[in-house]
Amino acid sequence: MERSEGAVASEPRHEEAHTSADSNGTQDATVHDLAPRLTREDRTALLRFMAMMRTSEERGLTLYRQGKVPGSFYDGCGQEAISVGSSFALAPEDRMCILHRDLGAHFVRGLTPDRYLANYMGRTGGVTGGKDGNMHFGDPSLGCIGMVSMLPDMALVAMGMALAFKVRSEKRVAMTYFGEGSTANGQWHEAMNMAGVQRLPVVFILENNGFAYSTPNELEFAVDPVERARTYGFPGVAVDGNDVEAVFEASRVAVERAREGGGPTLIECRTMRMHGHGAHDDMSYVPEGLHDEWAKRDPIELYAQRLVDDYGFDPSEVDAVRNEVRAYVAECAEKALASPMPEAEGATDGVFADAITRLGDGQAPWSHWQERNGQSNGKSEWSAA
Amino acid sequence: MSAAETTTAPEAPEVRGEITYLEAISDALREEMRRDETVICLGQDIGAFGGAFKVTDGFIEEFGASRVIDAPLAENAIIGAAVGAAAEGLRPVCEMQFADFIACGFDQLVNVAAKLHFRQGVAVPMVVRLPSGGGFSGGPFHSQNPEAWLLQAPGLKVVAPATAADAKGLLTSAIRDSNPVCFLEHKGLYRTVRGEVPEGEYSVPIGEARVAREGGEVSVIAYGSSVHLALDAAEELDEDVEVLDLRTLCPLDTKAVLTTARKTGKVLVAHEATRSCGVGAEVAALVTEHAFEQLDAPVRRLTAPDVPIPFSPPLEQAVLPQLDDMKEALRELLSY
Repeated sequence: MERSEGAVASEPRHEEAHTSADSNGTQDATVHDLAPRLTREDRTALLRFMAMMRTSEERGLTLYRQGKVPGSFYDGCGQEAISVGSSFALAPEDRMCILHRDLGAHFVRGLTPDRYLANYMGRTGGVTGGKDGNMHFGDPSLGCIGMVSMLPDMALVAMGMALAFKVRSEKRVAMTYFGEGSTANGQWHEAMNMAGVQRLPVVFILENNGFAYSTPNELEFAVDPVERARTYGFPGVAVDGNDVEAVFEASRVAVERAREGGGPTLIECRTMRMHGHGAHDDMSYVPEGLHDEWAKRDPIELYAQRLVDDYGFDPSEVDAVRNEVRAYVAECAEKALASPMPEAEGATDGVFADAITRLGDGQAPWSHWQERNGQSNGKSEWSAA
Repeated sequence: MSAAETTTAPEAPEVRGEITYLEAISDALREEMRRDETVICLGQDIGAFGGAFKVTDGFIEEFGASRVIDAPLAENAIIGAAVGAAAEGLRPVCEMQFADFIACGFDQLVNVAAKLHFRQGVAVPMVVRLPSGGGFSGGPFHSQNPEAWLLQAPGLKVVAPATAADAKGLLTSAIRDSNPVCFLEHKGLYRTVRGEVPEGEYSVPIGEARVAREGGEVSVIAYGSSVHLALDAAEELDEDVEVLDLRTLCPLDTKAVLTTARKTGKVLVAHEATRSCGVGAEVAALVTEHAFEQLDAPVRRLTAPDVPIPFSPPLEQAVLPQLDDMKEALRELLSY
């Protein structure tokens, strides 16, 4: 790792995926060479999900400014490649705890933008039906458990889902996200340590977007947290978080490792939070020029260009995808606005569960999973003890 | 957080019956693990060592290390992992080595586990076993009764058995419940309380109090160790005392509370936990709100004062309610 000495500078980086350590003595390269390729349809989907995240969040911000969103508003502008690229590697039966800059992962797993927007507006059509706001949701029917505000609490919950897979000897994987700010919290250590000790099938995606609210990397940690992975007994990988295929490839390798019993991986995606922590934040603390530098590396623009330059897409095809998304999100926004506010009588419902609920499986748009037709879905019969 | 500090409850001055409260807890856990393969145990030193109090003694041999999981010294990891595992279809039973250490796992308990069903409709069927209570010089960090903390977190059920049979029956119900259940097991009762306990599967419904002693002049509403204090005081005083054992603190059996209050018109609420904003305050408010016209005396509380539990025996005894305190409180109420 080139950033082992002290603080991490917050400038754009272009490095390839690589492991900082491999305590198990295995090499990623072998797996890498055999990697299932992304098809043309996969690449279209990656662009589409990133555009859907950007467009939906822009629409959400507009609704916030129109006074239609109670409370506050948070988005992941500039970080779209991370949630889309990583979740794209998952199988239907895998599970996720998705955080607040990761709307794209919800869409990859099958959520529609109307339910996201309705959730922000506190409507019945939102994922939580008004019980919780902004990004504090996860659709259980799509295998997701919604985040809480305390960070990185969901790292422990994802670790627990992975523990269930291990106990039942299932070839399934849990994936979760956290920002670099979370790595300063003690619970982050608890999650990494126990995941390492138990060698659990969990993939931790660290989004280093430069700032924890206003606090820059150099005030957050003395050593880049990706380097800690080695000390927990599993690989730490650093990738360009604005390159959706780099994120996908690192995630694919990590997911495969986890599924085959190789244990956790920590993937650091280096990026920049292009909006404030929330819509109320003017980002006055960001050094001059940094925002402009990163704006040149917008993950959606980069990928649109790459599709044309490297993968033979006609510019009109790329435009068509983005136009289709705009129309679709506009339609979803109308649906969200048509959704009623909840009835006050329901405010005290649901404190306790009367019955056990089961999480459902998510959408898995990667062509690899479409091709798995007829094969085992990875859920094995119970085989504990 | 060392297991070595205090790992044994005091020896029994007398035995009360068939099996101990501690054995009853083990029994319930073992029965449920045999019956339901989704039940797993998670905690510190619960594997080869069998737990600080030996509740899971022999479990790892019977059920294997995949279901009896020795966790690192990380309470949030234990609770958080249980939440994830519960959402994914298991029924984890977490052991806090001492109830005091729930403070170290509190965030996962109150912010994640307790709120998940309300927020997302995701059931979290898990149990957190909490060896609680003082009386054996455990000091400020191995003697606490943290129930009032838990009762302020909607979404948690809280049970606190006083007898061996209820310890078994309520733990069985807690494991089968669809919600996070905090199971307060009083360390002072582990080996001092014995009782007839049905063998095999045995459950006691969560949310139902039990009349532990019938009486007509005064009611003691208690739970945990204070139930025994009340029963002993009633015997020694030879008065017409009714003792209601709450057994479950959330959801509270309000019907049973009001029934005994209306019956005797004199209520003493007793618990070992500290006084302010405790269960006693809640029960007293409930009684005055709904049974005021039937009361013949002010509702009284017998609790620990609002201080940390001191270490040295004379200091600890000065703080924890004693038999003489119970007798005096009852005599005072009876004099109305």
